[in-house]
Amino acid sequence: MTAQDAISLAVIIFGGTGGELAVTHTMKQIGEVQNFTPANLLRVIGRAFGVGWMWLGLFLMAVSFFALLMLLSWENVSFVVPLTALSYVVGAFGGKFLLGEHIEARRWVGVMLVCLGVLLVCAS
Amino acid sequence: MRFSHRLHGKTIFLIALMATFGPLGDVFLRKGMKQIGAISNWHPSALLSAFERTFRSGPIWLGITSLLLFFVAYLLVLSWADYSYVQPASATGYLFVALLGYLLLGEVIPRMRWIGVLVICLGVLLVGGTPPRTTEEG
Repeated sequence: MTAQDAISLAVIIFGGTGGELAVTHTMKQIGEVQNFTPANLLRVIGRAFGVGWMWLGLFLMAVSFFALLMLLSWENVSFVVPLTALSYVVGAFGGKFLLGEHIEARRWVGVMLVCLGVLLVCAS
Repeated sequence: MRFSHRLHGKTIFLIALMATFGPLGDVFLRKGMKQIGAISNWHPSALLSAFERTFRSGPIWLGITSLLLFFVAYLLVLSWADYSYVQPASATGYLFVALLGYLLLGEVIPRMRWIGVLVICLGVLLVGGTPPRTTEEG
């Protein structure tokens, strides 16, 4: 893995995770959607786009997508996509230290296995 | 989780769509980017030209369409099924991507990478198979 690969991967993971957090924050502000008629869904989407966090989320997701395209211009998909599983590791640490979530032991084992798998893919 | 047999069939169908279109989308993106060539010139005009070529590429649009289909299936299924029930589909996606890369793009995958991918799938299964909400309702 080159430095260029590592930087792109970091942008993919942090941009994607940050984007999801911002979109989640938006949807929590809007509240649970209970009426699934197309007209109401359109209203919900309209309201979501009125929240600043939604635009930040979309921007971060777009940056993450372009970083993915760049990385895929250099490396094989069987190498790149498994590495993006590191987002689960970032998610677990972010959940624990930023949001104060409780992370079960079983989930930490999963996090360690993802890290081990990523090391094996990088070494291959 | 409220679940009837009718919903069960629908869930399996949508998870199958997710497991197919997610990995397929990534493989199409790689195919498109391979045709465009490695981005190595960071000059703004060169980047702009690469950007333009990217969005004129058929495989890239096939990839984006596949990923959108994946996303729609994912949102639909999440509207009635638990995240932990859907999660295994995301975990197997890593294996399918490698398999499709090998079969459709002829990527050479050393044994150690296959093992790494399997370990990642297992890890993602363990990470996701927990309740989606662990904090108190605020």
